[in-house]
Amino acid sequence: MSTVLSVEGVDVWLGGRHVLDEVGFEIAPGELTGLIGSNGAGKTTLFRVILGLLPAARGHVEVVGRPAGRPARAQVGYVPQKVALDPDVPLRVRDLVSLGLDGNRYGFRRRSRQRDEAVDAMLSAVGATRLADARVGTLSGGELQRVLIAHALVAQPPLLLLDEPLANLDLANGQEVVTLLAKLTKEQGVAVLLSAHDMNPLLPVMDRIVYVAEGRVASGTPAEVVRGEVLSGLYGHPVSVLELGGRVVVVAGDTGPTDLVTR
Amino acid sequence: MGAGTGRGVMFSGVMATAWVTATLVAVVAGVVGFHVVVRGATFAAHAVPMSAFAGAAGAAVLGVSAIAGLGVVSPLAALGVAWLGRRRRTDVASALVIVVMLGLGALFLSWTAEYSSQVYALLFGELLGVSTQELAATAGLAVLAVAAAAVLHRPLLLTAVLPDVADGRGVSVLAADLWFLLLVAVVTTMAVPVVGTLLMFSLMVGPPAAARAVARSPRATIAASVAIALVTVWSAIALSYVTDWPVGFFVGILGAAWYLAGRAAAALAARRRPGARRQPAALAA
Repeated sequence: MSTVLSVEGVDVWLGGRHVLDEVGFEIAPGELTGLIGSNGAGKTTLFRVILGLLPAARGHVEVVGRPAGRPARAQVGYVPQKVALDPDVPLRVRDLVSLGLDGNRYGFRRRSRQRDEAVDAMLSAVGATRLADARVGTLSGGELQRVLIAHALVAQPPLLLLDEPLANLDLANGQEVVTLLAKLTKEQGVAVLLSAHDMNPLLPVMDRIVYVAEGRVASGTPAEVVRGEVLSGLYGHPVSVLELGGRVVVVAGDTGPTDLVTR
Repeated sequence: MGAGTGRGVMFSGVMATAWVTATLVAVVAGVVGFHVVVRGATFAAHAVPMSAFAGAAGAAVLGVSAIAGLGVVSPLAALGVAWLGRRRRTDVASALVIVVMLGLGALFLSWTAEYSSQVYALLFGELLGVSTQELAATAGLAVLAVAAAAVLHRPLLLTAVLPDVADGRGVSVLAADLWFLLLVAVVTTMAVPVVGTLLMFSLMVGPPAAARAVARSPRATIAASVAIALVTVWSAIALSYVTDWPVGFFVGILGAAWYLAGRAAAALAARRRPGARRQPAALAA
């Protein structure tokens, strides 16, 4: 299988702190990968490196065989962690999605049927057709997340990065977004890298996991990575993986035999 | 503005020039004002024309055209606000630029013979004093400003609404801020001699803010903003002609009235909508 995203031996220092230490992993087309770690673990920093906004001190990142940054920008769709929209901004959902096609281009634009069809098709794919003419400032959190995904995917990039898309969503809306992302990876073949501090909502759909702790990562299938011995090695001290009421919890200390997370 | 005696006088001679000039200023203010309100950059957009006060005052001291002084100082003020305001310190940068440039403007004006009339003209403009040559310069700058706004439209919109996404797609928010402020500088150079720094600001904020409250798409908002700005300046000139009160008074009052009317219309429409208005979208970790 070809590789959409390749991260090899990436080191990043910020303010004298070693934020990412020899980080490496790969993502294939149609895979949904969870980038899991606590707040401040370096998830957003890694996204900035993949987007080419932050240079790595060492190592390199390739998106579809192109180095991160300008050559790879058209290959990456991005949904940021913080989106605060003015409720009065005069922008319909279809206008926001349309900016995903050419919002980065200077110059005059003509209306075309193809671009309208592309926007409509994307809105349909994320289940937001009924919102097309709504003002973006009136959307609920879950609706906005769908629209931002449509904006990021309308130009059909092979890689989609989502920085904490489930933060501030209630359980039902979070589950809807996860289900939508799983559907898009399978139907459109897009590779998704999604960061979260809680892996539980993603466990049913995650193909791979990249677990970040202390600046290092462990990657593989959830069953390979979410294990006491693997995460203990990552944290540099004993941790245990427990299953409590159907939820997987990583706790400090050795609490006995670790449970292997299975799909 | 003096009271007239008939329709013929109201639309002839200097009055005809005033109508055309005001129309050009209104169109440009309506178009560029859209980006001012969408970017939430009213203070920065206030800083550039207020700073240009120093350029016009300096031009008066040197005995050269006010447009020349504005054309030099407005872009410098724009660059100053953009550079000092990087890393999201725009408000502080705008305030600093305003106080420094107003101080300079006051100093320059103190060196001229007609201090009070110059101050009044720079703050409120001299719509009736526009010559044919100035009208040509105003028209040229108006075409430049509208064309620049069209070319910059999409990146300005993207950086205003989704700045983090824009960065990831290679559109620098700092560069967009700079382009935006330079656009405001062009409008300043064009409009300050005509409507003054204060009235230009009210034209760039009142009509687009009112339009934003009632229109849904960028295109409709810009069209409504231009229409409201046109009605504002035309009404202000006509009311001034009839009452002999200053044009500036009517521009300011009408700008605020449009905004309040727009908010009221938006509130009424929201109340009529089935399901009413929901909580605004705001996602932040």
